[in-house]
Amino acid sequence: MGLAVTFWIMAVVGVVAALGVVFIRNVFRAALALILCFITVAGLYVTLSADFLAAVQILVYVGAISVLIILAVMMTREVQRGSPANKLGIPAAIVAAVLLGILVYTVTNTPWNIAAEAPLTPTTVPLATQLFSETGFILPVEIGAVLLLAAILGAIVITREK
Amino acid sequence: MTIGLGHYLVLSAVLFCIGLYGALTKRNAVIILMCIELMLNAVNISLVAFSSYIVPLLLTGHVFAIFVMVVAAAEVAVGLAIILAIFRGLADIDTNNINLMKW
Repeated sequence: MGLAVTFWIMAVVGVVAALGVVFIRNVFRAALALILCFITVAGLYVTLSADFLAAVQILVYVGAISVLIILAVMMTREVQRGSPANKLGIPAAIVAAVLLGILVYTVTNTPWNIAAEAPLTPTTVPLATQLFSETGFILPVEIGAVLLLAAILGAIVITREK
Repeated sequence: MTIGLGHYLVLSAVLFCIGLYGALTKRNAVIILMCIELMLNAVNISLVAFSSYIVPLLLTGHVFAIFVMVVAAAEVAVGLAIILAIFRGLADIDTNNINLMKW
């Protein structure tokens, strides 16, 4: 019961915040709505008993990525004329609505193989075993580290003053 | 009524389509990046929901969601760096005016 209430609160607030990101004219307020949406996604992870991912969501998205986005909003302050839409408004709305219809139809009509077991809690130790064990995902973790290093160096090189 | 896998997947689809609409229609490049983050988050919700409901003991969806977060962090860092570089050169981040390379 508590799970259902939490889910509906997070779902409604998250969808409203996502609509705010798209429809609020002020870019800074849109960024704040995006942060609210990230927080509700972390709440949804908690209802899915993904405690580690909820903590990572708060740290990475609410903590780091939103600060980066707000920094970019502040740096480009002079050109803020709201967030106008381009000429693609109606075709984009049709594409999004059709895709939503297809997705909802497929999701509701597929017989999912729901497992009988309850999900693992807490997930931190099993997740670390999965990520760092010999038979797990250690190679993608290393590649991810290299990717992050390359992204940091690329960002520095792109924004550096000549 | 109890919350099932379908609820999470429909919510994820709704968030994804809102992000898609924003990414297709907005002219401010920062807002477009924000909408892309919204779409990545929607996909993460469905990955974690699949993991919890279909393979609750394997956590593969959690692992994939972590890698999506890594790639999203790299993408937003490089994307905002590109936006700032464009802003320094053109003093504008309106995607309708960034057409130097348009054929």
